[in-house]
Amino acid sequence: MIRDITIGQHFPGNSLVHRLDPRMKIILTIGYIVLLFLAANPAGLLLSGLLLVILYRSSNIPLKLIGKSLKPIFPIIVFTVVLNLFFVTGQSQPLVEFGFIKIYSEGIRYAILMGARIVLLIAGTSLLTYTTSPISLTDAIERLLSPLAKLHCSVHELAMVMTIALRFIPTLIEETDKIMNAQKARGAQLDSGTLQQRMKAMVPILIPLFVSAFRRADELAMAMECRCYRGGEGRTRLKQLRLTSKDWICFVVCVAAFAAIWLTNFAFQSL
Amino acid sequence: MEDKAKIQAKEIRFRYMQDMPPAVDGVNMQIKKGEFVAVLGANGCGKSTLSKHFNAILLPESGTVTVEGMDTQQEEHLYDIRQKVGMVFQNPDNQIVATVVEEDVAFALENLGVPPTEIRTRIDEAMEMAGIFKHKHKAPHKLSGGQKQRVAIAGVIAMRPDCLILDEATAMLDPIGREKVMKTIRRLNKEFGITVVSITHYMEEAAQADRILVMNKGKVVLEGTPKEVFSQVDLLHSLRLDVPQATELAQQLRKAGLDMPEDCITEEECAQALAKLLA
Repeated sequence: MIRDITIGQHFPGNSLVHRLDPRMKIILTIGYIVLLFLAANPAGLLLSGLLLVILYRSSNIPLKLIGKSLKPIFPIIVFTVVLNLFFVTGQSQPLVEFGFIKIYSEGIRYAILMGARIVLLIAGTSLLTYTTSPISLTDAIERLLSPLAKLHCSVHELAMVMTIALRFIPTLIEETDKIMNAQKARGAQLDSGTLQQRMKAMVPILIPLFVSAFRRADELAMAMECRCYRGGEGRTRLKQLRLTSKDWICFVVCVAAFAAIWLTNFAFQSL
Repeated sequence: MEDKAKIQAKEIRFRYMQDMPPAVDGVNMQIKKGEFVAVLGANGCGKSTLSKHFNAILLPESGTVTVEGMDTQQEEHLYDIRQKVGMVFQNPDNQIVATVVEEDVAFALENLGVPPTEIRTRIDEAMEMAGIFKHKHKAPHKLSGGQKQRVAIAGVIAMRPDCLILDEATAMLDPIGREKVMKTIRRLNKEFGITVVSITHYMEEAAQADRILVMNKGKVVLEGTPKEVFSQVDLLHSLRLDVPQATELAQQLRKAGLDMPEDCITEEECAQALAKLLA
């Protein structure tokens, strides 16, 4: 069961969205998040949603996946909506009054907008991870943050840590599986008992897992030293990221769409 | 003689901790260019520790190790030495850094600051030499143990080292994977002239070497060609070491009064000797 976990949720493909430079995708995703907060009107959010649906379609990612990525944060959405519903006050008479709870029409409007915003936020950022492999994502982050290296931030080290973490996820999952089976063979009961008992049963799995992870880290560090690793200075890369005209065209199109959506704000100001 | 020696160790001594007995205790040895040397010894005899001195992962407490005349103690030679002497460890999982085969092979070259176009040609060459070219876009965890170990070898030979040290590199592999890795290593040694130092527990592997060093308690106790070393069956047994099965059989037959040669170490030689006896 533990093997089903896929981290990063990458769906390989060959669409335009997939092939776009990962740095561009990250910047556009950040732009999209900002846009969601700038376009504080129903039409703006509707158009943002529409834009996202078009992008999902063009990258051949099934829309069903949006639902899947929303599942874990569903409680947060409900919480935010309910909170906004109860605590946003307006000038007009409350629609419902029940003890200390007062619901205003502004509250309802605001709650719906907020809910839609979070849904779009998750769906938008998921598109990034769906269409970009973790390794190129790491690469892009390293390069986007590289100006920070001048301020003595360890950007390269951070990227290296991410790469190694990604590399060891399958190895450690396999190891966990092995240890679980070994403990089961010794009579450990992992799936039954109360919550407390099950948590206690995890201890004999976690301890050997940690011990072996440290041992692996030690050996890996030595193997890296043997291959002349000495930090980010003077390092070259096999894969060079290059922005092509295609990337710039996509950038301009997206920015134009963002601007158009942002302009709906002024159209709605009268309302 | 001196200038032909690739790696030279003089009186080296090493302790992991002050209050522990030395793991390597006064070893003198040299490895010549293009040689295939096997290092044998029971667990804890210091053979791994010794090999880690050859590329400056460990520095001797006393004595000197020189690689092509460069002293491993000198900091300025550190990366030259590590580039010249590549090392492959036992567990392939703990040596692979990247999530794609070709990127892992490129790791050392990226560290050395080789320009990207040259990295491309050198990794393609290295993957071809190690026989993993067709897997270059795969994720390492999708490969078998033998394939992963060959990825690790490719990652080291991409540096174009003169010498390859294998620290029990075949110990975790199944027989087929081991055979393929050994074949790759023999090819690197014979065709490309790379010096190989192989630390191993498999006597059949050691029998293919040019020279064997046997270690015990941090010292080199026996040195010679496979025939010379494996003819000392009793000494090897007293060091808790095996001899190849062919040698074992020949010795048993000799003890039983048959006229078997002392220096047969491969199955073929043994079979020929037996055929001669039966004829």
